[in-house]
Amino acid sequence: MGQEKDNVSIPVQGVNLLVPIAKGPVPTVPPPSPRGCVRVTIDGREIVVPEGATLLEAARAAGIDTPTLCYLESLTPVNVCRVCVVELEGSRTLVPACSRKAENGMVVKTNSERVRLSRRLILEFLASSVDVSTSPQIQSYLERYDARPKRFGTPQPPSAERDAARAGVHVPPDGSQAAAVAQPVKADNELYVRDYGKCILCYKCVEACGPDAQNTFAIAVAGRGFDARISTEYAVPLPESACVYCGNCIGVCPTGALMFVSEHDMRKAGTWDESQQTSTDTICPYCGVGCTLTLRVQDEKIVKVDSPIENGVTHGNLCVKGRFGWQFVQIREKPEERGDAR
Amino acid sequence: MDSVLGVPHSGWRGGPRRPDRDGHSAVDGHGRGAERHQLLPVLHAIQSRLGWITPGALNYACRRLDVPPAEAYGVATFYGLFSVSPRPPCVLHVCDDIGCMTRGGEELCRQLENQLGPAGSTCLEGKATWLRSPCLGLCERAPAALMSRAGETHAEKVTAPASSSSLTSTLELFAIDTVEDPPDRFEASSSAPQAAQSDHSQLKLLRRVGQIDPASIDDYRAHGGYDALRRALDLGGACVVREVANSRLVGRGGAAFPTGRKWDPANKPRYLVCNADESEPGTFKDRVVMEADPYSLIEAMTIAGTALGCERGYLYLRGEYPLAGQMLAHAITHARERGYLGGNILGRGVDFDIEIRRGAGAYICGEETALFNSIEGLRGEPRSKPPFPTQVGLFGKPTVINNVETLINLLLIVQEGGERYTATGTEGSTGTKLFCLSGHIARPGVYEVPFGTTLRKLIEMGAGVAGSGRLKAVLVGGAAGAFLTPNELDTPLTFEGTRAVGASLGSGVVMLFDDTVDLRKILYRIAAFFRDESCGQCVPCRLGTVRQEESLQRLHHGRPFGSVDNELNVLKEVGQVMRDASICGLGQTASSAVESALRRWRLF
Repeated sequence: MGQEKDNVSIPVQGVNLLVPIAKGPVPTVPPPSPRGCVRVTIDGREIVVPEGATLLEAARAAGIDTPTLCYLESLTPVNVCRVCVVELEGSRTLVPACSRKAENGMVVKTNSERVRLSRRLILEFLASSVDVSTSPQIQSYLERYDARPKRFGTPQPPSAERDAARAGVHVPPDGSQAAAVAQPVKADNELYVRDYGKCILCYKCVEACGPDAQNTFAIAVAGRGFDARISTEYAVPLPESACVYCGNCIGVCPTGALMFVSEHDMRKAGTWDESQQTSTDTICPYCGVGCTLTLRVQDEKIVKVDSPIENGVTHGNLCVKGRFGWQFVQIREKPEERGDAR
Repeated sequence: MDSVLGVPHSGWRGGPRRPDRDGHSAVDGHGRGAERHQLLPVLHAIQSRLGWITPGALNYACRRLDVPPAEAYGVATFYGLFSVSPRPPCVLHVCDDIGCMTRGGEELCRQLENQLGPAGSTCLEGKATWLRSPCLGLCERAPAALMSRAGETHAEKVTAPASSSSLTSTLELFAIDTVEDPPDRFEASSSAPQAAQSDHSQLKLLRRVGQIDPASIDDYRAHGGYDALRRALDLGGACVVREVANSRLVGRGGAAFPTGRKWDPANKPRYLVCNADESEPGTFKDRVVMEADPYSLIEAMTIAGTALGCERGYLYLRGEYPLAGQMLAHAITHARERGYLGGNILGRGVDFDIEIRRGAGAYICGEETALFNSIEGLRGEPRSKPPFPTQVGLFGKPTVINNVETLINLLLIVQEGGERYTATGTEGSTGTKLFCLSGHIARPGVYEVPFGTTLRKLIEMGAGVAGSGRLKAVLVGGAAGAFLTPNELDTPLTFEGTRAVGASLGSGVVMLFDDTVDLRKILYRIAAFFRDESCGQCVPCRLGTVRQEESLQRLHHGRPFGSVDNELNVLKEVGQVMRDASICGLGQTASSAVESALRRWRLF
């Protein structure tokens, strides 16, 4: 954006803009101002990042891979998953890399024993209470940090009571099973399902539904503590809520808790196979905005549509038409062949 | 609801539609959404009128305040005192927390189960229900209960000490009688918790408690009230701030942060917030001050607000303190009438006003940034720090937030000067401190002693150990504090002294347990408390508190995974990740008491 703005010539009244500008000395690029930069030491390496950059950005600039779950470039950091915590010298506690701004002279360790323990425990907590089977990202983290979620016991069976949980009340456990968020899948519309047994409560869908993308505010976090959950008002089904089915929440969900009905049905039938899928970028045919769509195609059928997060037009967001309105592509018969002769 | 917000002024805000005026244009413009901070008062109004938050009422509230219903539902379900499902109008909250456990709270709950049915079930022909509650802050009169009745004549009543027969009979009267009960305003002072301290001449912060009529501003003035404000205005703001820095006063809410550092006028604080959300189990010092000497807090806030140039003060009061709320509201009205508050205070041309906000049953809202969110009408989830409240606080503006006890120290500092104030106490902890003695102590109550007094001396002042008379453990600092053994009674009660033994003074809880108490049960209750009170935002605390409770329960049932040592190791690791990686102090201290007990005793 900023670059484009610099290149635009400003029309001045009475001056022919086509007159070439006289040649002058070639401007040199000034060296980066030292004031706009901060120096931090990460894992013993000194790194210079622009002012305002987070520790995560600094670590990534240095090629240090830091795990993240609730962080997404297009959303405001909520720093709730805490899997990105790093050890900051002089700080009593670990700090979240995704939201802590780099300051001059910070000394950070991203792979110390303390950091590894915290990350391992956090992953164990999540995997012992949430079904993370459809999140390859969490699976790889579990392996990387040698997490053993089983040591907290077998997860509890699904409960339909989670939506009715009251703040500050719980049945004392006996500890034989690990409390889990397992619950029946919410399939209340034809476009997407909500399987909150897979929800790690990363707040991404709430942000995407709210001020960071859609401004619809159909869902919010309700309840407190372990009973906190993503919910519509009074847990009403989606068709009765403010939901506009833009599906931006599906786009940001890291665990597959929010899923296209098409994907959900195929997974259930055992026919979902990402290795057989191709991705094709195209432009949405509906309106003039020109959103990029990425069509996921399996067996010559569109099974899912999303948009690249780095795309300058969409930033990963779409509307109900772009995301869900692709069935017409797959209708190969003529109307009369379908028996639809209206 | 309209009694809180006034009559809606347009069809856009839920009023009758007037096509001539409302037409097709939105008249509210920038004002839309700006009233969201009224959400909590409005939810209180709905709850106290209807007994639960109905979809229709919530919908109307959302329309009036321009809040999305899903978010308002998220706020309503965050608080323990609200119900979003039908509930009888009369609710009895019975404390089953650690303080009451030592004084028959468990038996009381068991008897109520026999008489009224299990907690949460309706009784008295659907008119009432009873619920277990975390600490109600009435530990000096344990076991305690709080009744609330919704309806046109909304009423709240505290009963302590409570017995099952007195509770059921009062509940019956309370549920049937629709005539407003006289507020039990003098109940607290008549039980005189402060009188536990025999030598009144030593009292500084508590000197007026029990000695004056808390409802009379004249009585307050006759006992030296508002002298400090006059002097503060004579000195000027800069001088007051300097005296506070000189006094080396540190915050009394639990974190012990130097007040002088918070009070940096360079930050140009816009708001002053008094944190009166006293919810730490075993803490009741602020309640005693607010109930028995409310003007002192109002005066102290006025001094702080005018000295720092804040435009407005918010007093965030715990939802379970109805009497303190009445006393403070009364005090604010009268202080305003007499020109001690509001515009042009004492004719000196300075303005400052105070608004009371009531919490609704959430321990986490005692965390300063969670408290801001709660006032703003958001869920009481703590914010990430930095930025600190001094830069980005309430409504995103620089804010100074202090505990009740911290603020009332100002009266002394202004009167006697910062230097003289440091003469009391120790080098690192200046002044006097209020301690809440409860549990197995002969005379429970609030005690004011200079910092540096030993635990043994304090227990002696409380007339020694009650119960069996043989002390087993002392919990210092509340659920977020640590247990000490009888061998550690010579620990000086200072911030540095308790730190040396791996404890913290916290909010000043000193709870005694005699040798008949099963400490393991106390630990289960503490673990359950944190599991209930975690806001659920960050993973380490949301799940760590659950796993901690499960692990303790496995040990309790004698069914550890692997071995007992393995289970203790699980507890240790869970404790460490909560301490290291949680967003706020709740998660960071959720394992503190459990770990301190496991270090000192071989319980399993």
